[in-house]
Amino acid sequence: MSYEMGKYDIVVVGAGHAGCEAALASARMGMSTLILATDLSSVAMMPCNPAIGGTGKGHLVHEIDALGGQMGINIDKTFIQSRMLNTAKGPAVHSLRAQADKTEYHLEMKRTLEQQDGLDLKQGEVVDIIVEKNEDGADEIGGVLLRTGAIYRARAVILCTGTFLGGKIFIGESVYESGPSGMSPATVLAENLRKRGLPMRRFKTGTPARALASSLDYSKMQKQAGDETISPFSFMTDSLSKDQEDCWLTYTNEETHTVIRNNFSRSALFGGKIVGTGPRYCPSIEDKVKRFADRKRHQLFVEPEGLHTEEMYIQGMSTSLPEDVQEEFYRTIEGLENIKITRPGYAIEYDCIDPTALKTNLEYREIRGLFCAGQFNGSSGYEEAAAQGLMAGINAVLALKHEKSFVLGRNEAYIGVLIDDLVLKGTNEPYRIMTSRAEYRLLLRQDNADERLTEKSYRIGLASKERYDRYLAMKEMTEKETERLETTKVSPAAVNPILEACGSTPISGSVSLADLMRRPQVGYEDLAPADPAREELPPRIKTRVEVGIKYSGYIEKQQQRVDKFKRMEERALPEDLDYENIDGLRIEARQKLAAMRPDTLGQAGRISGVSPADINVLLIHLERMRRSR
Amino acid sequence: MAIKEDTIAAISTAFGEGGIGIVRMSGEEAGRIFSEIFVPASGKEIVSRMLTYGSIRDPETEEVIDEVLSVFMPAPHTYTTEDVVEIDCHGSVVSLRRILELCYKMGARPAERGEFTKRAFLGGRIDLSQAEAVIDVIRAKTDLGFDVAMKQLDGSFSEKIREIMNEILDILVDIAVNIDYPDEDIEVLVYEKMEKALTRAKEKVDALAASQDTGRLIKEGLKVSIIGKPNVGKSSLMNALLGESRAIVTSVPGTTRDTIEESYDLRGIPLRITDTAGIRDASDEIERIGIEKSKDSFNRADLVIFMIDASRDLDEEDEEIMSVIAGKKLLILLNKQDLGTVVSREKIENRFPGCVICETSLGHGADAGAVEDAVYDMVMQGDVKQSESLVVTNARHADLLRRASSQLGDAIAMTRLSEPLEVIEIDIDQSRQYLGEIIGEEATGDIIDEVFARFCLGK
Repeated sequence: MSYEMGKYDIVVVGAGHAGCEAALASARMGMSTLILATDLSSVAMMPCNPAIGGTGKGHLVHEIDALGGQMGINIDKTFIQSRMLNTAKGPAVHSLRAQADKTEYHLEMKRTLEQQDGLDLKQGEVVDIIVEKNEDGADEIGGVLLRTGAIYRARAVILCTGTFLGGKIFIGESVYESGPSGMSPATVLAENLRKRGLPMRRFKTGTPARALASSLDYSKMQKQAGDETISPFSFMTDSLSKDQEDCWLTYTNEETHTVIRNNFSRSALFGGKIVGTGPRYCPSIEDKVKRFADRKRHQLFVEPEGLHTEEMYIQGMSTSLPEDVQEEFYRTIEGLENIKITRPGYAIEYDCIDPTALKTNLEYREIRGLFCAGQFNGSSGYEEAAAQGLMAGINAVLALKHEKSFVLGRNEAYIGVLIDDLVLKGTNEPYRIMTSRAEYRLLLRQDNADERLTEKSYRIGLASKERYDRYLAMKEMTEKETERLETTKVSPAAVNPILEACGSTPISGSVSLADLMRRPQVGYEDLAPADPAREELPPRIKTRVEVGIKYSGYIEKQQQRVDKFKRMEERALPEDLDYENIDGLRIEARQKLAAMRPDTLGQAGRISGVSPADINVLLIHLERMRRSR
Repeated sequence: MAIKEDTIAAISTAFGEGGIGIVRMSGEEAGRIFSEIFVPASGKEIVSRMLTYGSIRDPETEEVIDEVLSVFMPAPHTYTTEDVVEIDCHGSVVSLRRILELCYKMGARPAERGEFTKRAFLGGRIDLSQAEAVIDVIRAKTDLGFDVAMKQLDGSFSEKIREIMNEILDILVDIAVNIDYPDEDIEVLVYEKMEKALTRAKEKVDALAASQDTGRLIKEGLKVSIIGKPNVGKSSLMNALLGESRAIVTSVPGTTRDTIEESYDLRGIPLRITDTAGIRDASDEIERIGIEKSKDSFNRADLVIFMIDASRDLDEEDEEIMSVIAGKKLLILLNKQDLGTVVSREKIENRFPGCVICETSLGHGADAGAVEDAVYDMVMQGDVKQSESLVVTNARHADLLRRASSQLGDAIAMTRLSEPLEVIEIDIDQSRQYLGEIIGEEATGDIIDEVFARFCLGK
């Protein structure tokens, strides 16, 4: 028997990285919100690697933060090691990554949810969604049903089920239904979503073993320490300093590969039991050994799971081989000879939706008010999940307020690239963000995420006044300093020794500081001795000023491309456009457009099967409609 | 309302020998380009909307290309509602092409088929009732013309392009993996190696561009040669196809004294049809020259349409033709069916097994459609292909090659300055896009696929 347990504006199903952002955004935007998890000890759990950020992912976290999300603040509070990657390359691809204390990360996020006004956190397993007919006869979400029979009514529901949905774990020959890390899976919900006609499919991912630190010999490994100067993720954090933990690097060898090869037959992966599609960028060690047979070694990092535990994460060695084989091959590795495994690696298969069934605001097209985010949408990674959760939360709120959807363009944010790719192109494997996926990489930097996004978020009522004011203050500082550098000239006598030291050619007449900074060898800090009027600025501002000046030419060039792109991107397509009856569209284009209903002409052009000629036909059609009105 | 786009340029009159040809440009940059390449004879400023005499000059080489009459028409009161420039020149194919290429070099891009019309429509210049026609033109380009152009691309040419694209892809994959996987155990991309690879790719692009010989321009289109003994109805066929009396038609054998070549657009397939003088031994000197040209014409043809008078028995002359055309791609017309069928279909099928045969009565203007269908099918099924060798036959290709080369040049310069990879990557990727446009392949998405195929990555 079912029974009524309450009424909310928005119910979020799942409290992983997507669910947390969705629920916080919803509550912060003034909606009464409920977040449900099968087990509250899984709030913001990190069942795989103990790190936040990395290439592309670091960009996502900065963007989540700039929009008023929680991930950046949470990791700034709970990290135990921080590194800026790619510092040898240009500023657009500098990528921040931090090792998290997993338990602290979970507790800090859980506390944030608990303390958030307008948000209720409850333990409970959702087994079905409630769908009703509205006045127009269309399907509309009504709430969720829990295993206990409890019904929570809601005007919008956000599904963030992660690897819990229909989860199945594989360790060698053993296969059992399970959520991540032994949590209980959401099996009934998976069945019911299928019954309701959601286009579901099956993906797979994997994780390596955890081992006791005391059983490892670090003297045989290379140390990887954190950065001396720590860059925070959050624009709300000025600076950070902390004693950091080390990570360790070691390698597999021929012996390791032989053990693995001899046991291919016992691998769940090659045994044909796993039907889900795994990501290519995250292959298991047995996959690596098989596909890259000529490689003599593969690297692995040993990373701490937190300060309250001895457990270490063996990054690079995800596997679904049986436990005895895992122990055998780990022991062939230098430094791991006496390894004591606390948790074996496993592969996990789960249900997710074909994201092309979603609108760009992450709402499922067939059921009004049903929003989806995270791994449920076919992505992979904590950061990708959080980004979508945030956007789904915002858009659920806006939908309830009957306001325009909040959709970020490919030229505005990695979040835009991520969602645009998922929704318009779909994905055949768990989708991971990469900087290579962004067309306008120079514009989408970590350092300027607030310039790109904070004002937009403030306008829709998510980013706080405090955040907005900080953004304005930083913007002003940046502009003032840039202007000062452009107009301050230095004499050859003052600056030539510096230039010489930098390996740059000396000047003969006076030149502006900004012009000198445009030289590849000369940086902002280098010029300090020749610039006595300089005020000490926060590191973030220095970076921003330097990037703005050094790369202004390239940034401008890319901006021109964006302007061209925007002409198509900003051309809205009417929602009721009858694609089936537009003369001149090819059949495939008609079907695809009718099914996906893109918001803009630009989006239409990115749908596979829609050609440039189809876009021209649409242009002509729009003009014809305009004139006959 | 209309979306502002690139400046486009095209030759807006049909190719022909003699007469006047017009190069037309439309878009924001049209005026700027025009002022850089046009030198008024008067030495005075260019006045809008005034037809002005002067010369077209390449500002880089200062070489004068042709003497022309030109006019600049500022937006919005023009055909496309954008700034428009028209350059009327003497109309030799060579100078038209060179002027067009100069416009490209100065920043215009080749217009797509129907693009002027499309802009005119979007600018409100063309009546609503004509929207269908505009769509037809756009469709014709991609669905037929473009596919055909791709199919007809010389195999070794596209092979070369693909080869360069793959070399560039290698560089892009290296860049991508270096940027996105900084912690992995992979070879670090060094600038010297990248510079070498880029230079090699640029040299190849330049070599390909140099293979274009503007002096012996080849007009676009499939060469179709009509052959048959005099008075079999060749000119009637030509007229039926072209829809007007181009060639003189009488029933006196040998009336067509010269080969007549016409450009003709068959549902998006550009054709160059040659009506030959027949190959009968002639006493008349002028006719003899015509016959030589005929032989030459069908020797170079991609498709030969052989016409037989079906109302009479095959004679010596038919036999002579049949011996010459063996081995060519053939379409055989059994014409004059209305006057009786003496030569049967079976008889010809036996002589030319598998050959496409049409029974026609072209004298009364009938059956031209059937001939069109037959030619169209043969082209679309790939039976008929263009026979040009590795020469860039097309100004569009030349333009794209030039653009690709220039992007690679920029990338090389930046590599020498050790600029960041993600900055250099933009130009490299763009060069690959341009090459992709030549062979009609969109060069996106595959970099990430290659990264995973080639490198062992992962957490």
